[in-house]
Amino acid sequence: MIELRELKKTYTAAGKSIVALDGVNLTVHDGEIYGIIGLSGAGKSTLVRCINLLEKPTGGQVLIDGQDITQFTGKRLLRLRRSIGMIFQSFNLLEQRSALKNVTFPLEISGVGRKDAEARAMELLELVGLSDRALSYPSQLSGGQKQRVAIARALATRPKYLLCDEATSALDPNTTASILELLKRIQQTLGVTMVVITHEMKVIERICDKVAVLDRSHVAEEGNVSEVFTNPRSEIGKELILSGEQELSGGGKGRRLRLTFDSESSQAPILSSMILACQMPVNILFADTRKLCGAVYGQMMIELPDDEREAGKIIEWLKNSPVKWREEV
Amino acid sequence: MFSDMFQKLWANGIIQRGIWETIYMTILSSLISYAIGLPLGVVLNITDREGIYPLPLLNRLLGLVVNFFRSVPFIILMVAMLPVAKLVVGVSLGNRAMIVMLVIAASPYVARMAESALKEVDAGVIEAAQSMGSSNAQIVWKVLLPEAKPALITGAVISMVTILGYSAMSATIGGTGLGQIAVSYGHQRFNPDVTWCCVFLTVIIVQVIQEVGIWISHKTDKRIRH
Repeated sequence: MIELRELKKTYTAAGKSIVALDGVNLTVHDGEIYGIIGLSGAGKSTLVRCINLLEKPTGGQVLIDGQDITQFTGKRLLRLRRSIGMIFQSFNLLEQRSALKNVTFPLEISGVGRKDAEARAMELLELVGLSDRALSYPSQLSGGQKQRVAIARALATRPKYLLCDEATSALDPNTTASILELLKRIQQTLGVTMVVITHEMKVIERICDKVAVLDRSHVAEEGNVSEVFTNPRSEIGKELILSGEQELSGGGKGRRLRLTFDSESSQAPILSSMILACQMPVNILFADTRKLCGAVYGQMMIELPDDEREAGKIIEWLKNSPVKWREEV
Repeated sequence: MFSDMFQKLWANGIIQRGIWETIYMTILSSLISYAIGLPLGVVLNITDREGIYPLPLLNRLLGLVVNFFRSVPFIILMVAMLPVAKLVVGVSLGNRAMIVMLVIAASPYVARMAESALKEVDAGVIEAAQSMGSSNAQIVWKVLLPEAKPALITGAVISMVTILGYSAMSATIGGTGLGQIAVSYGHQRFNPDVTWCCVFLTVIIVQVIQEVGIWISHKTDKRIRH
């Protein structure tokens, strides 16, 4: 379990202090894939680096399996880092080493013999589907292949945790999908707990169980992906999750309702039933469905007729329906 | 076609010895300069504010010393350092003393060369090595030096050519080799063909060092698809 408590990080550059993290609290349980989403500059990269102390927090605690690591130094710190894997946006492979030798690197530095290290590395390259490229150098591999090697390398020392810092941001959509699939499979088969930093919605949607939305050094909101994504409460959450909606929301000056559908209600023809029952036209401003953790979620923004009485009739009907809705102001 | 002087020099094997002395001085001085300059370059790199072991004060101090030796023209440095040569090898004349001079002049040069080669190593790769729990010594030996190897080899080539140039200058205070032959037999005794012959031979030696060095650098660079 990884717990961040009142985590603070302030940089001082040229006499000015810049706050990167200002009292962040969150808990990652074992076996979870925990997503952290935010715009660039929100403090995501700093946050993930506080977990393995690549950045030293200026306040608060980082508890890993109940132990505060923020004061770790020397050998203890190195041992801690060996138990936490990390992958990066730019892969960061050693350019002068073959794929195989990249994977043996963390084993070499923790004193594993050459033969054992290479055997383990081959196992891992097999796991990520690259055993035939073991002797290739990074310059001979594609972006997706490089990230697979990086994943194999991060897993070499059998870490309990894996930190992913924008791991798919440099990849095209198809490659992104296959890397995400690989990460999901690793979590399911090896039980590795992951912290995933990203600015892309689809990454969170596809693999994460929990999500925290980071905004200007704070956690704006946090919870299960299915809850946060179908019903974001914070301004930044709405902006990130419902983006694309703004340009569509022209419409008139009638009252606006946001309907959210879960797996069950998204199957039923709710809107048609409503229009038939109320004999009233509504204006659809926005509609979208998403697949989250295998279930379908949808949402729709509708505009009610200007007439108060007519609008009231629709609201009355909705109150008796299984659909979740709320009025947007 | 050639002057009597040239024919005499060639027949007595003086030019041939000059070639050997120039090569020998260049290679030996380069090796010693690298043995001193490379560790200095590593220290300059890692103690930098952005390095893996920042020690700004030491870095500034070392930088000042390196810059001091680099900014003094070799011909002046050579004269000024004669007592040091006497202290190290017991004489202030001849090739042994010249090698001391060359090393004093070239080591700071090599240090800066190595520092900039190491700076080329991607910060992300170093961060990845840190995230895997590498100690600073492991980062130097297993990341910085191997990843910078092609640039270090290229730097070595440039340093060697510079040292070869210095070695010719050392003729003015008693060094031997092609430089000395050009000065004392060619220039001072009015035999331009001897001078030009030394120039030609020096150019060939530089070309060979250059070509072989760059070939090795490319051959060992895994970033290039062969």
